Amino acid sequence: MIRVSHVNKSFGDKHVLKDVSVDIPEGETIAIIGRSGSGKSVLMKHLIGLMQPDSGSVTVDGIDINAITYAELRRVRRHFGVLFQGGALFDSMNAFENVAFPLRTFTEMTEADISRVVKECLAMVELEDVGAKLPSELSGGMQKRVALARAVALQPRYIIYDEPTSGLDPETSNTIDELIRNLADRLNVTSIVVTHDMHSVLNIADRAAFIYEGRMHWTGTIEALHHSDDQILKAFVTANEYKIGPS
Amino acid sequence: MVPLTPDIIINPISALGRYSQLLFHAFGAVTEVASYRKNLWRQMVKVGLDSLPIVMLAATFSGAVSTVQTSYQLVSPLIPRSIVGAIITSSMILELGAVVTGFILAGRVGARIAAELGTMRVTEQIDALETMGLNSVGYLIVPRVVAGVVMFPVLYIAACFCGIGGGMLIGELGGFVPLEEFIYGAREYFQPFDPIFGIIKSLVFGFLITSISCFKGYYTQGGAEGVGRATTQAAVASCVFLLLADLILAVLLL
Repeated sequence: MIRVSHVNKSFGDKHVLKDVSVDIPEGETIAIIGRSGSGKSVLMKHLIGLMQPDSGSVTVDGIDINAITYAELRRVRRHFGVLFQGGALFDSMNAFENVAFPLRTFTEMTEADISRVVKECLAMVELEDVGAKLPSELSGGMQKRVALARAVALQPRYIIYDEPTSGLDPETSNTIDELIRNLADRLNVTSIVVTHDMHSVLNIADRAAFIYEGRMHWTGTIEALHHSDDQILKAFVTANEYKIGPS
Repeated sequence: MVPLTPDIIINPISALGRYSQLLFHAFGAVTEVASYRKNLWRQMVKVGLDSLPIVMLAATFSGAVSTVQTSYQLVSPLIPRSIVGAIITSSMILELGAVVTGFILAGRVGARIAAELGTMRVTEQIDALETMGLNSVGYLIVPRVVAGVVMFPVLYIAACFCGIGGGMLIGELGGFVPLEEFIYGAREYFQPFDPIFGIIKSLVFGFLITSISCFKGYYTQGGAEGVGRATTQAAVASCVFLLLADLILAVLLL
C-alpha cells in the first residue's frame, strides 16, 4: 500500500502541492486526474522518491521513502515499474535490449531465460516482432508499449503510468487502455495512472483522485465520479467529454 | 524585489555546489563496479581509441609546424641546430602533448558526453534508470570519468610520440634540422621529471573534461535547446578549466 500524507512541495515561490493526502491500496487501479500543471506529475515523482516533499510523507508498504538511505530507496524502487510519458526507452538499445535491461541488471537469469521472458513481455503488449528495432524506428504508440513491456519485466507490484495515452491517436489510446486493464487483472498489480484523459480513466480505473490547483480536491470510485455534485470536478469531466465528442 | 546577492555570484557558487555533490555521489558509487563494469569498456573505447586518430594527426602537425617555426626563428650561427630538437621535445612533453589532446577531447568527447547525458535527461531516460532501482550516477558518470582518467594519459603519450616524430620528420625532410642533431638535442636537454609532469597533467585534464561534461549533461534542463546549451557549455567550460589547471600545475610543480 502507498500512503501519501499531507505532502507539500514548492519550487521557488510556486506552491505546487498543497497538503496532498491519498491512500492507494494493494491491487487497486487509481487514476490521478487534473488539469495540465495541476501537480499530477510532481505527485507521481514523489511516489517513487524522484522528488522529496518539503513537508509530509510518502510511505510504501509502511516504509517512509524519504527517511531511508539511497541504497534502501533503490531497493524499494525495484517494486515499481514506471511508464514515462515519452516511453523513456534507451535509444542506444533496441526494443529487445530495452526489455532485457532490468533483467540483465537485477537478476542472475541466463541469457536463454532472459530471452524467453523478454519475448513473453513483448507478446503481452502485442509486439512480438519488433525486438530488433531501435526506438527511433518505432511509432509513439509502439514505443510506449515496449516501455510497458520493460516496466513489467521484473514483475513489479506497483506500476505507475505517466500520461499513458497523451499524444496518441484514439485507437492506439484504446489499445494502451486495454493493456493497462489486462495487466492489472493478469498480474494483480497496483496501478497508478496519472492522466487528464477522462476516456482512459473511465476505461481502466477503479478509483479517481482529482487534483485541483495543487490540492487533493476529490477522491472516490468511478461510480461516485459519475454522480458527484462537485462543480469543479464536473467542469473538468465535462470538458473532457466535450473533447471526446458529445454523444 | 531586487535580490541582495546578484546572480553573477550566486550561480557559479550554486553550480560548484552541485558539481561537488555529483562528484561526491560518483566517488560513493565507484565501489559499485557491477553497475558500470560493462559500460566502462565501451566508454574507454569511445574516449580513448576513437579519439586516437585525430589526436595523433593534430599532435603530428603541431610538432611539425613548431619545428619549422622554431628553425625559422633560430637563425643565428651561434645557436646549434640541435636546440630545435630540445625545444620541440620539451614543449611537446611539457605542454603541447597534453593541451592539444585536452582541447581535442574537450570538443570531441566533452561535447559528446554532455549531449548524450543531456538527451537522456530531457527524454526521462535517467529517471527511468533511477526508478528501476539503478544508481544513475554510478551507471552513467563513473565509467565516463574513469575512462577519461585512464585513457587521457594514453592519448597524451601517443600525442608526444607523434608530435616529436612529426618534428623529426619535417626537420629532416624539409632540411631544417638533420635527424641526428634533433635527436642529440632532445636527449641532451631531456629532464626525467618532464614526462611525469605531463602524465600528472593528463590525469587532471582527463578528470576535468569528463567530470565537467558529465555535470553539464546530467543536469540539463529544457528540451533540444537545453541539450544544445549543455553541449556548448561543456566544451567551453572544459577548455577554460583545462587552461586554469594547466597554469596552476605549472606554478605548483615546475
